[in-house]
Amino acid sequence: MAAALQVRRLGKRFGAHAVLREIDLAVREGEVTCIVGPSGSGKSTLLRCMAFLEAPSEGEITVYGAPLGFRVTESGERQRLPDSDVARVRRNIGMVFQQFNLWPHMTALGNVAEALRQVRRLPRREAEARAMAQLAKVGLAERARHYPSQLSGGQQQRVAIARALAMEPRIMLFDEPTSSLDPELTGEVLNVMRELARAGMTMAVVTHEIGFAATVAQHIVFLDDGRILLEGTPQSVFAQPWHPRLAQFLETYIDRGAAVLLQGAPA
Amino acid sequence: MTWRYVELLAIGAAVTAGVSIVAILLGLGLGVLVCSASLARSGAVRAAGRLYISFFRGSPLLVQLLMIYYLLPAAGINVPSLVAAVLGLALCTAAYQAENLRGGFLSVAPGLIEAAQMLGMAPWRILLRIRLPIALRLTLPAVLNEAIMILKASSLVSVVGVEELTRSAQNLATSTYRPIPIYAAAGAFYLILNRLLAGGGGVLRRMLG
Repeated sequence: MAAALQVRRLGKRFGAHAVLREIDLAVREGEVTCIVGPSGSGKSTLLRCMAFLEAPSEGEITVYGAPLGFRVTESGERQRLPDSDVARVRRNIGMVFQQFNLWPHMTALGNVAEALRQVRRLPRREAEARAMAQLAKVGLAERARHYPSQLSGGQQQRVAIARALAMEPRIMLFDEPTSSLDPELTGEVLNVMRELARAGMTMAVVTHEIGFAATVAQHIVFLDDGRILLEGTPQSVFAQPWHPRLAQFLETYIDRGAAVLLQGAPA
Repeated sequence: MTWRYVELLAIGAAVTAGVSIVAILLGLGLGVLVCSASLARSGAVRAAGRLYISFFRGSPLLVQLLMIYYLLPAAGINVPSLVAAVLGLALCTAAYQAENLRGGFLSVAPGLIEAAQMLGMAPWRILLRIRLPIALRLTLPAVLNEAIMILKASSLVSVVGVEELTRSAQNLATSTYRPIPIYAAAGAFYLILNRLLAGGGGVLRRMLG
């Protein structure tokens, strides 16, 4: 299947420290790609590069064929594209953050409707109707008038998902969407994401939820020390942890019910 | 004290209120721009913002008013008294409001801005819709304090020929030889205006959630 988002030979350095090296990755249309790996392996930085919230030091990212942030000329030089161009390409991308990042001075409805009004220039009534429909999809219609501080973490993250979806992106990026949630609130967010995957949304998810990755993703990318160590289907990656780094990584999840995965993921 | 005196003072109070309100709003708007400049990524813009703040905080308002009133006409720009008064107060208060707002802007979590960027919001929309309301809510007590200071400092604009509340009181006091009741009444007018200003601050606080 065609790549919705393509990463080619991407590198990212912070000063002398190389965080990502020679990353080649395709997020394919209609698939869920999960990026997993130990803390500090560069997963979040990779996802932030894919949204151009971090500027890659090397390489190229294309979204449906259009270069994001940098254009590589025929002579191989990288050329920074203007912000207006970045904004245009980003229109295809929705992003969900670990810290939710809801605007505290707006209600749930206000958060979801804001970009519809300010960017899409929809009249208030129509923007709010669409925002309401998105909130209903994540099961929060009755919380529309609540401020973020009046919502649980799980509810805040569902509002954040609704806010991103309201702009009708073709690709959704999730940066550790459940990492700052209690285990009991994690489930409601993962359910919304499962629903979204079932509806055919193209998704790239950085996550520690190995169970989610194994059951929802079509494509697993295992990152270690800034490089892609392994990638493939969940079966091929998780059922045969022949690689010592992967085995070590998965071991930490046995407590959390992932033991079954080590014995063989569902075929 | 007859009603005639109160009436004359009320006219002065209306001038004070008008000059102050326009200066406060103009100064707050300009303060947001100066503050954004002082936090800009570009070094030159940042330096310009800092220079503005240090100049207008570092010299007396009275001197600034006189300079605007005498310097601009010398440069061929004719400014009516009222315009010089409002301009002087606004330019000065902008420097203080910029400093007040700075802490608020710095405390806006970068993630809130990234979320807006990912939704396609332009930088100036992010400033007006996300950063400013959050910063203003956090710094409202200091911002309101400065507004009250400006309302009181507006008595200085009499030096450029604007007859506001304090000047009206002075004129009345010298013509009637009854300074005590007249200055007391003028003080009461300032108190009422400041109560109204504080009330406006309360409305703003509720609007910011």
